[in-house]
Amino acid sequence: MLKVKELIKDFGKVRIINSVEFEVKADEIVSLVGPNGAGKTTLVNLISGHILPTSGRIEFIGRDITFASPYKRIKMGVARNFQITNLFSDSSILDNVRSCLFSVYGKIKRGFLPANHYRAITQEAIDILDLFGISEKKELFPPSLSEGDKKILDTAMAFALKSKFILLDEPTSGVATGDKFKVMDTIVSAIRREKMACMIIEHDMDIVSDYSDRVLVLSEGEIIADGKPKQVMEQDNVKEILFGVRA
Amino acid sequence: MGVKSIIFKPKFLVYLGCFILLLFLPRVLPIYHLILFESGITFAIMALGFNLLLRYTGLLSFGHGALFAVGAYAVGMTGEYFPDLYRIEILIPIALLASLVVSTIFGFICVRHTRIFFSILALAVSMVIYALLIKLYHITGGSDGIHIELPIMFGKSFEGMKRFEFLSGAYYYLLICVFAASTIIMLAIVNSPFGKALQCIRDNEVRAEMIGIRVRRYRLYAFILSGLFTGLGGAMWSFVNGHVTPEIAEWMFSGEIVYMTLLGGFMVFEGPIIGAILFTYLRLYAVTMTQYWMFLIGATLIILVLLLPEGITGGFVKLVSKIRRTPSTGVA
Repeated sequence: MLKVKELIKDFGKVRIINSVEFEVKADEIVSLVGPNGAGKTTLVNLISGHILPTSGRIEFIGRDITFASPYKRIKMGVARNFQITNLFSDSSILDNVRSCLFSVYGKIKRGFLPANHYRAITQEAIDILDLFGISEKKELFPPSLSEGDKKILDTAMAFALKSKFILLDEPTSGVATGDKFKVMDTIVSAIRREKMACMIIEHDMDIVSDYSDRVLVLSEGEIIADGKPKQVMEQDNVKEILFGVRA
Repeated sequence: MGVKSIIFKPKFLVYLGCFILLLFLPRVLPIYHLILFESGITFAIMALGFNLLLRYTGLLSFGHGALFAVGAYAVGMTGEYFPDLYRIEILIPIALLASLVVSTIFGFICVRHTRIFFSILALAVSMVIYALLIKLYHITGGSDGIHIELPIMFGKSFEGMKRFEFLSGAYYYLLICVFAASTIIMLAIVNSPFGKALQCIRDNEVRAEMIGIRVRRYRLYAFILSGLFTGLGGAMWSFVNGHVTPEIAEWMFSGEIVYMTLLGGFMVFEGPIIGAILFTYLRLYAVTMTQYWMFLIGATLIILVLLLPEGITGGFVKLVSKIRRTPSTGVA
């Protein structure tokens, strides 16, 4: 579904992403792990069109999207959340999600009937909030949410875009440790049900091995391992980079 | 939400009550105050448009005076050059068309930037209109402006009638209807999916783009809509004032638009309406009290910003929520 070929990104003279190549198949959940500064978020930004690569190629469902605008990518079905939450702070929680749905259904140009008139969409937004367990807070505004709930809302918004491929940049950072698995259960089961492909950036190795079909390890801008979670964790170079264990 | 549930909402009943009160105003208010009130209403139509940009799109325009002037001059120049078309049911569409054209051009230039850069660009392009109105004096009448005759209204001529008779009669009711329609349309816009999209852009431009909103294009739409309301306000005002001069295109007047919106409170939908009407009276009383009336207006602005940053309606909402002991969400 998603093919990345020889992707390179330089910031000035520093090469952040160094000829990265990988593939994500349809309805596959891939984890991207790596130490701080490995370039994980940069890679997500490249795929979502937030920043443009220096060279290389990104294909999505057989089409070249390397230099496509974020808008075009979203219409093709690439959605993302944000590691540092990126919400509509002066709109209610419900409107945060509902606006995503209006955009998906092409209703965003409708300027006359009140948003509440679109009952099916409103209900769907509430259902999505329900799925993520924050529907009772739908009248609140993002600044009054806990950090964990903000992350969940951010992910819910990416999910509401009904994309084919969803990029999740640390969906559980800021979520209380005890709730992490519950949140991941919610997100992953929703993604599996909708048969979306997904790439998750994650630090918690337990989450990575529990929820992903495949793991990519990124270090200093290069992919050093690619495979099933169990196998990858056994590799010596991965152990050294992720856990600081010398073989 | 069906029509029934809208009609039985308390807010709607308040609106309806206000509208009925407005219909009886000419019987109560002395003629002089009525005309003053009418000019306040025209400012209110404009302020509604202005606030679509400020409150709902997050763009502060310092150039709305020029768009107001476009509406007013569209009426004046039609009267000057095409007297056959001088009928109010034609004049209003002409004014809207003129505002549409000008605000599309202005919007195209201005929405490339946000924040202070947008404000300054809007100020700059508005001064172009001001300069044109002054310099093209053989077309626009220069600093003398254009006299506005009483128009033919739905086939009825008012020739020989005094302006105050016209203003306190049929025109008042037309103005009130236009005002009510503008309010309802604007209320619909800001609550619609389109309005929500604008608010998304205001809150977080980056994320808005990432949920598939074409940020710049929607800003342009908002600017154009805002320009239409402002032009409509200008056209309606020209009949009340009886004379249009380039002063309304100058930055001073644009500043007054900002002032009246802040006075009423831009965080509340009805704020700019109340602000516009209050401002009309405030300015009049300031002018009659002292020749340093601008000092008085400036002083009130400082007091306003320091003590009531959310304007009169914002302060009122805060007070009500304090009395009710519910946490203020900052939005009404």
